[in-house]
Order: sequence, then structure tokens, then C-alpha cells
Amino acid sequence: MTVLADANLRLDANAVDYVLLGTYFALVIGIGYLARRRVSTSLDFFLSGRSLPAWVTGLAFISANLGAIEVMGMSANGAQYGMPTAHYFWVGAVPAMLFLGVVMMPFYYGSKVRSVPEFMLRRFGPGTHLVNGISFALAQILIAGANLFLLASVVNLLLGWPIWVSVIVAAAIVLSYTALGGLSAAIYNEVLQFFVIVAALLPLTLVGLYKVGGWQGLVDKVSAGPGGPEQVDSWPGNQLTGFDSNLLSVIGLVFGLGFVLSFGYWTTNFVEVQRAMAAKSMSAGMRTPIIGAFPKMFVPFIVIIPGMIAGVAVTELSGANKEALLAGEEAPSGATFNNALLLLMRDLLPNGMLGIAITGLLAAFMAGMAANLSSFNTVFTYDIWQSYIRKDRPDGYYLRFGRIMTVIATVLAIGTAFIASTYANLMDYLQQLFSFFNAPLFATFILGLFWRRMSPAAGWSGLVSGTAAAVLVFVLTESGVWAMPGQGGAFVGAGAAFVVDIVVSIAVTVATRPKPAAELVGLVYSLTPKEDRTPSRTGEDAGWYRNPTLLAGIALVITIVLNIVF
Amino acid sequence: MTSSGTPAGRSRTRRAGAFDIRLIIALLIGVYGLVTTVLGIWFTPDSEIDRSAGVNINLWAGLGMLVLAGLFALWTWLRPLRVPVEEEEGEQPAE
Repeated sequence: MTVLADANLRLDANAVDYVLLGTYFALVIGIGYLARRRVSTSLDFFLSGRSLPAWVTGLAFISANLGAIEVMGMSANGAQYGMPTAHYFWVGAVPAMLFLGVVMMPFYYGSKVRSVPEFMLRRFGPGTHLVNGISFALAQILIAGANLFLLASVVNLLLGWPIWVSVIVAAAIVLSYTALGGLSAAIYNEVLQFFVIVAALLPLTLVGLYKVGGWQGLVDKVSAGPGGPEQVDSWPGNQLTGFDSNLLSVIGLVFGLGFVLSFGYWTTNFVEVQRAMAAKSMSAGMRTPIIGAFPKMFVPFIVIIPGMIAGVAVTELSGANKEALLAGEEAPSGATFNNALLLLMRDLLPNGMLGIAITGLLAAFMAGMAANLSSFNTVFTYDIWQSYIRKDRPDGYYLRFGRIMTVIATVLAIGTAFIASTYANLMDYLQQLFSFFNAPLFATFILGLFWRRMSPAAGWSGLVSGTAAAVLVFVLTESGVWAMPGQGGAFVGAGAAFVVDIVVSIAVTVATRPKPAAELVGLVYSLTPKEDRTPSRTGEDAGWYRNPTLLAGIALVITIVLNIVF
Repeated sequence: MTSSGTPAGRSRTRRAGAFDIRLIIALLIGVYGLVTTVLGIWFTPDSEIDRSAGVNINLWAGLGMLVLAGLFALWTWLRPLRVPVEEEEGEQPAE
């Protein structure tokens, strides 16, 4: 990493770029401050109680999930694996988003459960609630580390400071920004960063393509490179999964990534589900993730393609360097795939556009880390500390406690940033985390939703054993007992976690007593009346273009077409 | 689920005005578009244009951003967002 501090690898930002950067943060913090002072809390409209049209919640939904980790991680993936990375969008996100909209949202919206820990508490009771709270808090800290590390690598390229100084400086910046701007600023930032990133990436992609000779030129160059021609087609993606067999690779992608990891991520994700919950009606709530699925389909083109271009056009990442990195060694240039996007920006963007690109990335990491910190803070303070450790204190106590926890969480994130920095490709790190935390959660969640007999004891024991199974797979692949390059280890881990969780839950349920049916109304599918789950078709929800199921069908068809073409 | 379709619910709303997210997007992207367009026309050195394969990225991206900002401003103007007004300061929003 230290090699990157060399002057020739620096981003050549000048005064104009810094002014554009300053403008952004002045605007966000200023708006946050004014919104807090001048307007009543109802203007914090992403959180306001069910009053928003679908386009606002849809906008918030898209922005909340198109964060910087995705931009950097997916371009790193693009440089390393090529087109198969698109599976993260077309297999790994869109179907799950549609499922969330059509099947889960009516249920969430109708039952008025606000968060996943709250669902766990009401469906299973305190044991499961506590296990879920702890694993959620842990996951947030580990993901915050990835955000912090990426933020630091931008600071490192900009200013040339060593990575450990950059990490600490970046942490200090995030903390002071959170304190200065408050929640309103964080939410405006979350939406704005998305538009700034698109404004920077779209031209970068087009010019990059132009430079390498158009799409055909890119295909020729990537095919001739170390990754070979299979990097320009999305299927079967053997390099991504690490399987030699095409069939196993496809199964791994569809079941591991497409089903367990992505359904687990999308249907239980706290932050995003909350955005949809702010919608005006059940129909609008259902449309929120479906509207989000449309831009999601096309995001791969502005993040993966720049990564692929970097893999052939950036000196530090192409040829012998890419070959060494693919073999799991250090590249002679000292760069890693995580640097793909930054290096391409350095090569192509003039001052001005460079400033906008830097702003977009910095804002996105801030938004991502601020979201991690605040969800950690909420869950740790209210779901763990207040529920199980110090009950019945005045509100002021928990407020102060929450502030202290934010500082502690930032310090812990500095630690996890160094774990994240050991991965040459951050998506490997993140998929690993999702296999530990999201896959078992999804299994417990879905089983508890559709099987009314599932008992409270099965809830927590399923979660614990599912996570243990994923950790075991991780240890086996890491220690080399079970060789699995690529992200196949995470896919297998997710599959194992899911299966073990289901098996243990069923076994425990058979041996223990279920909750009485009266306590499960609105929490279990079969016990929830149908009219509570059906969206309205009148008034502001009328018209075919507002029909959630039809919209979902259109999205699905486009996704299938994309899969066939690429 | 408070009733939001009734006439009484209607009178308790007001325009989001300057805090409408679309207007803020239009403002930010508009300023960025203006700055990069100006840079692209007068201040981007030929060496930088050569580096990006002869394309004047600042100019084209700047114009694109100005168009996008215009569309968002138009949308805000044509379909203003109404948000509910709370009766009392500090009251929690209804379920």
C-alpha cells in the first residue's frame, strides 16, 4: 500500500477541485442545519410517518443502496473478474428487490413492524432479539471498517499521507461531520451523493470506452489479457465463484448469490426497508423497491465497465500486474484492484470533473459510514443496552450513552479498517461478512414468517448455528483445507449457513413449545388476514403504471433480456 | 394508517419549498454543470484533452449536468411536494 504514496500515483487535484468539494459539503451541512432550525420535524421527510409519494421513497431507496462500497467494490470486481460481476446486480439484487416489493412489503407495511430486531422480538422473543442485535451491531462495525478504509484510500491518493494516518484522519472527519450536520444532513447527503457519483461515472465510462476503441475494443483487449475471453460474458462466471465446473458455478451463483445472499440482504436490510416504510400507502411502499430495481439494472454499466477498462488501460493494473494480482500475489506496481476506479480517474479526468468525482466518492463513503454508525448506535443503545443491561433510565441517559457509543464505534471501525485493508478486493471481504450475518438471518426470518409453529428457542439456536456454519466454511477455505479462490467460499458459506439454520430450526421446533397463535397475528403469513396484505387500487394508487405486480413483471423481463445479451 | 385522503388531511399539508430534495439536486448539479462548462470552454489545457483521447470531458459533462439540473427544476415546479404539517412542536408523527 505504501507504494501508492509515491508522487506519480497521486491524484492531481487543484484549487478548482477543492472548491467543488467544499461547495458540496457546505451545501449539505448548511441544508441540514437550516432544516433542523427552521422547519418542523415533519420535513425530515424520509423518516416521517407514512406520508410520502412513491417517487420520494424510491429515490431514497435507490440512493441508500448505491453507496460507495458498491461503486469501488464493483469496479474492483470488474477489473478482476470482468462481466460476471454483473451477477451482483442482475442475479444478486434485482430479483430480490422485486420479491421485497411484491411479497414482503405488504407484510411489513401491514404488520407495522419497523425493523428486523423488532420483528425478531415480537415473533420469537428476547433470546432471538438479543442474538440478532449483537450480530447486527458486529456486522455494522465490520462494514464501517470497509467504508473507512476506502475513504482513507482516497485521502491517501489525494494527499499522499500514509494509509494509517489517512484512516485516522478520515475517522475524525466522519465524526465531526455527523456531529455538525445531524440526521437531516446525513439524509440529504445520502440522496445527493448518488447523483454526484452518476454525474462523474457516466462521462468517465463513455470516455474510457472511447479511449479503448469502443465496446468491441474493450472486448478484444480484455480477451487478450490475463483473464481471457470468459471475462467479457457474464455466464458461467467460473473465475468469480472459483469453481472449475460450469454447472457448479451456475448453481453457486443462482443459489448462493442469487437466493441466499441477496434475498437475505435485501429483505432484511434495516436501512432500506425503513425508506420504503415511509411511503404514503401500501401500494407506494410496494412500488418503492420496484422503482429502485430499474436504475439498479443499469448501474453495472457505469461501475463494472470502468473497472474492466482500468484492467486494460491503466498501466499499474494491466498486463503483468493483473496477472500477478489474479494469481494472488502483489502486483509489481503496488496497486490493487481496489484502486481501479481511482487510477482510471487519474488517467482520464481533467481538473473540474476530477473534483466532482472525488466529491462523489468522499460523500458516498461518508454517507455509508454515517449510516453504519447510526444503525449500530440505535441497535446497541436501544435493542441491547436498554433492553437487557440498563433498563428504565431517563431518556437523557440513553441519548448520552448513544453519543459515547458513536465515538467508540468509530474507534472500533479504525480497527476493522485494517482487517479490510488486507483484502486485495473488498467485495471478497463484504461477501464473507454477508455469508456470516445475512444468510442465517434470512433463513430464520423466512421460516418464521411462513411456518407458524416455529418456536422461540428455534429462533436463536438457528441463527447461532447458521453463523457458526458460515464461519466454519470460512476457516476451512482460509486454512487451505478446502481450496476455493474467488468469492465461491462466501457463496458456499452462505448456502451452508442457510441450510444449517433451517435444519436446526426445524429440529429445535419439534422438541420445544411454539408461541400461542394469538400472539402471532400480523407476524406470520397464514395468521394475517388477506385484506391487511392487499394494496389499494384506487385514488392515488390507480392506473396500470402504479400496479406493483405489473411493474415488477416489466423489471423482470428487462433483467432476463440483459442476462441473455451479456 | 392515518387518513391522508380526506379533505381534513389535505388542509394539514404545505409545500416542501426550498427543502424539496429535487430542488437541492437541481441546485448542486446546476452549479457543478456551470463550473465544468466554463472550465471546458476556456480553461481546460490541451494536454488534459489529449489525455482523455481528445474528448473535452468538462464541456460535455457540464452541458449534460445543466440539462439534468433543468429537468429536476422543472419537475419540482410542475409537481410540488406537499408534506404534512404538525400541529404541535415536538409531537411524534402519527403511526
